[in-house]
Amino acid sequence: MIVRISGEGQFQLPDEDADRLNQLDNDAVSAVEAGDRAKFKQLWGQMLELVNVDGNRLEEEELVESDVILPPRDVSFEEACAEFTGEGLIPD
Amino acid sequence: MAGLGGRMSTVVKAKISKLLDRAEDPGETLDYGYQKQVELLQNVKKGIADVVTSKKRLQMQSQKLEQSVVKLDTQARQAMSQGREDLARAALERKTVAQTELQSLDTQIAELENQQEALIENEKKLRTKIETFRTKKEVIKAQYSAAEAQVKISEAANGVGEEMADLGLAIQRAEDKTENMRARAGAVEELEKAGAFDDITQLGGGQDDIDRELAQIGAGGQVDDELAKMKAELGTGAGDAPQIEQGQGESK
Repeated sequence: MIVRISGEGQFQLPDEDADRLNQLDNDAVSAVEAGDRAKFKQLWGQMLELVNVDGNRLEEEELVESDVILPPRDVSFEEACAEFTGEGLIPD
Repeated sequence: MAGLGGRMSTVVKAKISKLLDRAEDPGETLDYGYQKQVELLQNVKKGIADVVTSKKRLQMQSQKLEQSVVKLDTQARQAMSQGREDLARAALERKTVAQTELQSLDTQIAELENQQEALIENEKKLRTKIETFRTKKEVIKAQYSAAEAQVKISEAANGVGEEMADLGLAIQRAEDKTENMRARAGAVEELEKAGAFDDITQLGGGQDDIDRELAQIGAGGQVDDELAKMKAELGTGAGDAPQIEQGQGESK
């Protein structure tokens, strides 16, 4: 699967990571809905970590669409409130 | 896909698909798509230029505040050496406000600087992608049937579209940020106009609203500490004495 971190670029991740990412995404939505900043920050860190560890940056010559677009790395909690809603970044 | 990034990119993608549908044959679509990308790249460049301009304006604001800080510090010292602790205190309170604003402004300018570098870097990447698209379309035109070419090129165009939308979003974010900072810097300017950082020697003895407000803001230990330090430096009595009767230091 292709994941973009907004403002940074695209990464190729193994398809198996989709479930894990989806789980983190759903948890992040719950944290945002509960107004739990600390929890959200922790989950967001885990999402970025997953991309860092498993992801390979795509070559600049690749012209493909992303399966998932993550917000910018330094997303604020307020911005996150607009992003992590409903089914989250990844629809179930 | 929900989310701001997702929505933005959907809008751009929809625009591109519309473009692609309009053209009759893939060759035409390809050329038109490329032409459109080059046009949009100009918008991106303009957006980055706007961010740079905003940043420069904020840097000027910062320099002005820095001058205020120096001026108020000098005035506090002058007032103190003439035994006018009341005026020295007022000047230091103003200095504290200016300093606090200055610090927050400088932090944000530094952040903006980083963002600007990232934008320029990403603009370069986008240019590479558009260039790749240009090469690719020639290959696709030559190698594929019309139907296949249509699919291939949609993919590539959407890839470029997503990149473009993402950069657009980053520019928008940087612009929003400078907008906020400008509003804040504007508020400081209002304070300045209202006399908050005015030449302290022009003030009468009476406290006005600004004085009272400033006294509140500067009520932390900072002003007292600075006053004490100044006293010690000037040798106008015990450094830790918080109160000196007006005029007492004049004989010094």
